[in-house]
Amino acid sequence: MDLNERPVIPEPVPTITEPPRAGEAHILSQQGTPLTDRAALEAPTMVSVKDLNLFYGRKQALHGINLEVGKNTVMALIGPSGCGKSTLLRCINRMNDLIDNVRIDGHVRVGQSDIYAPDVDVIGLRMRMGMVFQKSNPFPKSIYENVAYGLRVQGVKNRAVLDEAVERSLISAGLWDEVKDRLNESGLGLSGGQQQRLCIARALAVKPEVLLMDEPCSALDPLATSRIEELIFELKRDFTIVIVTHNMQQAARVSDFTAFFWMGKLIEVGLTEKLFTNPRERMTEDYISGRFG
Amino acid sequence: MTETLNIPPRWRAFIRRGSAMVWLSGAALALSLLMMVGLVGYIAAKGLGFFWPSSIVQVQTSEGPILGEISAQEKAHGTDPAKTQFRVCNRDLFGQDYRWVPSADIQDPQRPADAVLVERLENGPFIGFIQDGSSGETLVLRAVDGQTLEIPRKHIVRIVPSNALGVFGKSRVYASRLWEFVAGDPRESNTEGGVFPAIFGTVMMVLLMSIAVVPLGVVAALFLREYARQGWVIRALRIAVNNLAGVPSIVFGIFGLGFFIYTVGGTLDQIFFSQKLPTPTFGTGGILWASLTLALLTVPVVIVSTEEALSAVPRSQREASLALGATKWQTIWNVVLPGALPGILTGLVLAMARGAGEVAPLMLTGVVKLAPSMPLDASFPFLHLDRKFMHLGFHIYDVGFQSPNSEAAKPMVFMTTLLLLLIVLLLNLAALRLRSRLRARVGGSSF
Repeated sequence: MDLNERPVIPEPVPTITEPPRAGEAHILSQQGTPLTDRAALEAPTMVSVKDLNLFYGRKQALHGINLEVGKNTVMALIGPSGCGKSTLLRCINRMNDLIDNVRIDGHVRVGQSDIYAPDVDVIGLRMRMGMVFQKSNPFPKSIYENVAYGLRVQGVKNRAVLDEAVERSLISAGLWDEVKDRLNESGLGLSGGQQQRLCIARALAVKPEVLLMDEPCSALDPLATSRIEELIFELKRDFTIVIVTHNMQQAARVSDFTAFFWMGKLIEVGLTEKLFTNPRERMTEDYISGRFG
Repeated sequence: MTETLNIPPRWRAFIRRGSAMVWLSGAALALSLLMMVGLVGYIAAKGLGFFWPSSIVQVQTSEGPILGEISAQEKAHGTDPAKTQFRVCNRDLFGQDYRWVPSADIQDPQRPADAVLVERLENGPFIGFIQDGSSGETLVLRAVDGQTLEIPRKHIVRIVPSNALGVFGKSRVYASRLWEFVAGDPRESNTEGGVFPAIFGTVMMVLLMSIAVVPLGVVAALFLREYARQGWVIRALRIAVNNLAGVPSIVFGIFGLGFFIYTVGGTLDQIFFSQKLPTPTFGTGGILWASLTLALLTVPVVIVSTEEALSAVPRSQREASLALGATKWQTIWNVVLPGALPGILTGLVLAMARGAGEVAPLMLTGVVKLAPSMPLDASFPFLHLDRKFMHLGFHIYDVGFQSPNSEAAKPMVFMTTLLLLLIVLLLNLAALRLRSRLRARVGGSSF
């Protein structure tokens, strides 16, 4: 987009500073919006982020984020590139620990536990989380071993348990019928969309409490994308999902809540339908209508 | 400027298209390939002809008759007349194997059909005629000057009536000699017979070296790439490792002698073999120390290629593993190392090629001219790591430069060289095959 055509972006005003979930219902009802998805709003909190600041060296990447994700709901994180949505996602399973010079303050709770407490077991935390990455990244192993990997690193050796988990996860990921006859072939032999579903199955095998998806469809064609979206819809019944996406239609289709980020700040969060049809912030409106970003 | 240079437009286009560089680089490649082919071809031509029975020629000279194979001819140089070299053999009768005769002095060349070349266990071959072959115990032979010689039949390796043999007969002799060379024991201070102990020693040493060098190199590379905090210390360490590959090999030999043999071996002897002292067991050169010395010599190669292979494993796969709750070590063991395995094996191939060709450090750490027994045999404990061994590279040096009869041993040098090349090639092919199979198993990806 031509820089000259850009609308003047107002200074970001952190409007949502109240605790989102409980407050969300409050705000929305205050504004007289009908509760389109009462179940979603009433879901108990699964992930809660409170006053989270994150620094890469001296550069601050996240500014005072407050966000709550209800159990068995889908939260979409949208925003232009570099706005910190992936960084936030990676805070939830502490993948940012792998990067040097990262400093975090604030609190992230998953279930009942503060995952940045000093005594927290990071390995154990990551076992409770599933993560699906932007680019499908199956291991150069067989399909079976890819899915069984999470259980294997937990020390599960019982073949029956593994077989059951592999079958269950592949069925959940909608891949079972396509691969059940070639479980021992390499996972890298699958098509791009199948590989991404294999990665989802791999994440599901450990029965995670939360599924984190970092632009899971960005490298896929529309058909494969729609399959994954259907899958997200089904997975919502059993898992809490946080999904980062650049595709606004996708966010609108799959999520219950959407959070809009800009320059490391959470600008607005709310029910997806509400946010897309009647955003409170001018910037959100500009972004979702394609005027910048 | 361009006008003053006045390059014809055709040439200007030629240079602009980059065709000049294409031709230049192609020519450089072709030249180096040609040199490789030339080298191997020269060695093969010099060595492979050696086993082919050449005809035995009888000539008359002013100094009497000569019977032998024509081994060389020289043109006249200034005042030196043209000369012909005969391989007359019969070292025990004539005192020398070869004779130079002025070509002008040669008269009446013939190829007597009954002339034979007798290969013996002692004193080199005999060229002459069979006087009396009736006895089952001994054979009476007559040289061309009329001297007779009786030798026991069990000292005879084979009798080759070169002039009477057709192509088929000669081929059989050739095959039999080749087999003796590859599978037999050396005779006559290595100038005759086979080189099997040297082949065995070379292969076994390279395998022992591989067993030692891969874990050492891989663990070191894992530390450098995966565990150590990247900074100037690690950068300096990496440069040091790379430079280690350029240290002259004899320096490693001295280190092996001082550290492995005197220090480690000497200590082992005092602790476990004190009843045998002062005869050293491990406190002297042996295949174990030679292999470990070569492992040290080649470990930089393995470290460098392993590091490259490790860094080529996609970050996304490590993250996938870690996100599933794998520990760092589980990730390395299950994802990173399998992905890096083809690259590690490339390092092994390079290390084996380097190790198999080294001679200098071995001379200090356990290689010998003639080993009385192999490092692997049927007597308990089967694998004798303390034993000295023979090695093809050293064999070449020994036969070519230390042999009492270096003229006779020259073809052996070429044959042994050819064999060494062949063995390095086979070892490398084995490792390459292993690598391609692993690549197929890890999914045909190209990292």
